[in-house]
Amino acid sequence: MTTVESRVAPEVLVKIFTVASKIKLYDEEYRRTIRSGKIGGMYYSPRGQEIIPASFAAVLAPEDYVLTTYRGIHDQIAKGVPLPTLTAEFFGRATGSCKGKGGPMHVTDVSSGLILTTGVVGSGLPIAVGVGLSAQLRKSGQVAVVNFGDGASNIGAFHEALNMASLWNLPVIFACQNNQYAEYTAYSAGTSVDQVAKRGASYTMRSIHVDGNDPEAMYEAARTAVEAARAGQGPTLIEAVTYRFHGHSIGDSMPYMPKEELMAAMDADPVLRLRADLIGARVLTEDQVTAIEDGLRKEIDAAFEYAMAEPLPDAADSMTDVYAEGVAL
Amino acid sequence: MTAQSELTEPATSSERVLSQVQAIHEALDIALATDDRVFELGEDIQDPNGGGFKVHAGFSTKYGLDRVRPTPITEQAIMGAAIGAAITGMRPVPEIMLMNFMAVCADQLINHAAKLRYMSGGQTNVPITVRTVTGAGGGFGAQHSDMLEGPLVHTPGLKVVVPSNPADAKGLLLSSIFDDDPVVFIEMHHLYYSISGSVPEGDYRVPLGQASVVREGSDVTLISWGRQIHDCLAVADTLAADGISAEVLDLRTLVPLDTGAMLSSVAKTRRAVIVHEAVRRNGYGAELAATIGEELFGQLAAPVRRVASTNTPVPYSKPLELAHMPSRDGIEETVRALFK
Repeated sequence: MTTVESRVAPEVLVKIFTVASKIKLYDEEYRRTIRSGKIGGMYYSPRGQEIIPASFAAVLAPEDYVLTTYRGIHDQIAKGVPLPTLTAEFFGRATGSCKGKGGPMHVTDVSSGLILTTGVVGSGLPIAVGVGLSAQLRKSGQVAVVNFGDGASNIGAFHEALNMASLWNLPVIFACQNNQYAEYTAYSAGTSVDQVAKRGASYTMRSIHVDGNDPEAMYEAARTAVEAARAGQGPTLIEAVTYRFHGHSIGDSMPYMPKEELMAAMDADPVLRLRADLIGARVLTEDQVTAIEDGLRKEIDAAFEYAMAEPLPDAADSMTDVYAEGVAL
Repeated sequence: MTAQSELTEPATSSERVLSQVQAIHEALDIALATDDRVFELGEDIQDPNGGGFKVHAGFSTKYGLDRVRPTPITEQAIMGAAIGAAITGMRPVPEIMLMNFMAVCADQLINHAAKLRYMSGGQTNVPITVRTVTGAGGGFGAQHSDMLEGPLVHTPGLKVVVPSNPADAKGLLLSSIFDDDPVVFIEMHHLYYSISGSVPEGDYRVPLGQASVVREGSDVTLISWGRQIHDCLAVADTLAADGISAEVLDLRTLVPLDTGAMLSSVAKTRRAVIVHEAVRRNGYGAELAATIGEELFGQLAAPVRRVASTNTPVPYSKPLELAHMPSRDGIEETVRALFK
């Protein structure tokens, strides 16, 4: 497997910190809003996994594609889905990204390249193969990054997709966010290999095992994979090891996660660690960091206020967008 | 199977007569030549074989392996790749070698292809045409013969097409490929070589959602699609000798359904028999019968009847297989009973 070593420019780390903080603050506001009873619905917090998509954000171009899963808000924010329409979609509003028809598990935002969110574990991978194939056939230079969890590496779609992407040398990055748990089951209880990245060898695929909470290593992994894809050197499997702070879904009391393991992970909060590192290395002052965070809070508050005030869809809208316009249901 | 063993439509000097395989081959050729966004992917479709039934013969040589793209035996990746390419601007034509293998990639088809336009609020659409082959009567047994249109018509977002003759096969396939929604195009292999007919030249299209009255009649409407249209036509001939005038309605497109054509025919004849090869229980015939009952209850002279395969897997041995499938005798008996 490829190892990654390099120094990352300070402005890249600031970018990663900014995106990661946006995700962290958004997640905190979202969970607060659910607890307040203002909105209902399921929520799959990405807290703890922010550095992975934030690193991709520092590498990808706006026209590149990202695919994700129901735990995908971090990937959506990092790809640049506008917060007001994203939040309106989560609240089921008529003006949401998907007119309130998709919801958090099915967000698409074509304008920012967030081409698919699937609620089915592993199903995004074969679709990413097609997105990469399309880019290859159109000679567009675009790449596709498909995010999924460690649990998805045990489903057949993972293996079919890796085989085909390797066979056809497609510009696809398979980004496994290994947060150590497939729903309520620990990694080792469900996976026959100690590292998902080792599965890449079966498909002669460039594979990188990386600490997904380490912004320098994660950025280099993302950069290596994206540059290779863009240069026609085919797909990469990245296993980014991370940790899930808030269980499978909101309300999960996490009895299956050892307390000390969870505490240790939260003590090593990757966003706060990067914050401290940037200040410690004098890349940013405390005041500058606070200014970034205040700006993000304002943006997030405005998005939540906007979404809350937006109208719910008309009942008649349930009958549109099944087929192209004019087709009888 | 032997080529063109039974010509159903004799040629006149000005007509081109093609088998269903030739008609489908021609439609694919035209689509590939017309639009760079069209590409095929599927198992074994490349030359020299050009697919199990030679549907793709010559295409990989003519258009290259990028656009006539052989795949491993990997239905989830075939369907997923088609969907991913479709939501980013292409018009893929994936082939699922046999319809039973659709079950292998049902997640991609039912959870994704059918729903992405809706779930994205119309931002993405999935203009794929999934071609697949099936049908009982070939001695292939339970896992290579099923007509599985039932679950597909039950999935909002999919369109479902079953051609019964070469001209429709060409015209419906071209319409499907250039349609902006996902279409499952079901080819019944029994028809590939047994049925020939005159086929228009060029980019000929038959609109989706339009049924066709293939025989006019006044006493009973036989509603069917695909292979069983030919059984209905044969039975209509027999009944005519006894003074029963049967209209035969070929739905051609199961979704969108030409409800108007069906209801106006049955309103005229006041009797309906629905014939399909899929098993009877919860088959599309049940939906059609319910619709006719809801809309025309007071006008019917007899209950709506269904003739379909028995509620078993498709058996292997010939007498068992024939007992399972709808037969011309069974259709005739069912129709005659309506007049007793």
